Amino acid sequence: MEWDWNFVWEIMPTLIQGVKITILATLLGSVLAAIVGLAIALARRSPNRGLSRTVGFLAEFIRGTPLLVQLYFIFYVLPDIGILLPPLVAGVIGLGLHYGTYTAEVYRAGIENVPRGQWEAAKACNLNARQTWTHIIMPQAIPPMIPALANYFIAMFKETPLLSAITVLELMNQAKSVANTYYRYVEPMTLVGAFFLVISLFSVVLLRWLERRYGRIET
Amino acid sequence: MTQWSGYFGLILQGALVTIELTLMGSVLALIMAFLAGLGRLSRFFAIRALATAYIEFFRGTSIFVQLFWAYFVLPFIGISLTPLQAGVLALGLNVGAYAAEVVRGAIQSIGREQYEACTALNLGRWQAMRHVILPQALLVMLPTFGNNAIELLKATAVVSLISLTDLTFQAQVVRSQTGNTLVPFTTILIIYFALALIISWGVRSLERRMARGLDGVRV
Repeated sequence: MEWDWNFVWEIMPTLIQGVKITILATLLGSVLAAIVGLAIALARRSPNRGLSRTVGFLAEFIRGTPLLVQLYFIFYVLPDIGILLPPLVAGVIGLGLHYGTYTAEVYRAGIENVPRGQWEAAKACNLNARQTWTHIIMPQAIPPMIPALANYFIAMFKETPLLSAITVLELMNQAKSVANTYYRYVEPMTLVGAFFLVISLFSVVLLRWLERRYGRIET
Repeated sequence: MTQWSGYFGLILQGALVTIELTLMGSVLALIMAFLAGLGRLSRFFAIRALATAYIEFFRGTSIFVQLFWAYFVLPFIGISLTPLQAGVLALGLNVGAYAAEVVRGAIQSIGREQYEACTALNLGRWQAMRHVILPQALLVMLPTFGNNAIELLKATAVVSLISLTDLTFQAQVVRSQTGNTLVPFTTILIIYFALALIISWGVRSLERRMARGLDGVRV
């Protein structure tokens, strides 16, 4: 099979469409994962043992099972109980929940890295719990977490082709459909790989910059 | 209700395929991890460059794309793989790239004084690696290897999309035959989680075993 550049240019617009959906899913999934992760991290710190245990077990369960099966679960089982989701929404929820359990660990480490003295000082200044979190703990905990969070968002980006299994028309699905139409697999599949490699390499550069900018903890 | 036992047998067959894939993929990943991890620490530029290219390529593109590439594109350049071979190849090479960085990190984490002691004892490079550095580094690698093995287990779900009859594939079969989505998907989620628990338990006990006799060495 020869590599055909004409074919490459012909299918490029379709693939670009797919890239847009892939990036959209990654961005929405990242936002959701950041929120879910924070919620899980806070719930696990809760003094209510029942809540913290339950959330801890659920997070462990989600982290121990494949994302693909979770996507099927969200896409095929939820309609049975009356929740009908469009594919992209189901995919974003799946990505967000799955990676939320990973980002929860990042938040946990970040929060635990805030020195005890800061908590004591907040108490000494008579701040209540909410003020302590929003004004003292979070502003110190979040910047060092940013590189680790970005790392998971890049990992999530590489998982987005799974969304093609629940009929989201992202990059992989577009490539599969053009491959099946023309029965030429070499160009579409290689191009998908190239797209992912290029975007990943760029995001690694961005990650290095984030690490330099936020990675070190100021003393 | 007799039919459920038949379907459960189907799911168990799928579980066997998943376990087989996980084991074979782990073996390939382990080999690639040591080859590439040690390769990155080589004295020769060519070997370092080759190992780095392998690691960056397989970490930069998605496992899903690699699997499709192995299964759909390789036949066009004359290499036909069965789904199982393509699955093991893609999983092993992908997870091997992640684990290679673990090998490199663990070896570099061994203190300078160990290398100096090797020089003082007149050990060759290979002898030092084999008898002094690796036994200590292995213990550092082990917990992360456990995580990588769980990642590999979760990634096996993707092979259902190239028509390999693993757990996820069988769940889809049961779904299409019974019209019930909740039972098959819940069952396989629990099986995946149980397998992940077994892996983490196994790695923990292996770690305890290997730590024996190293008490004086590790601080």
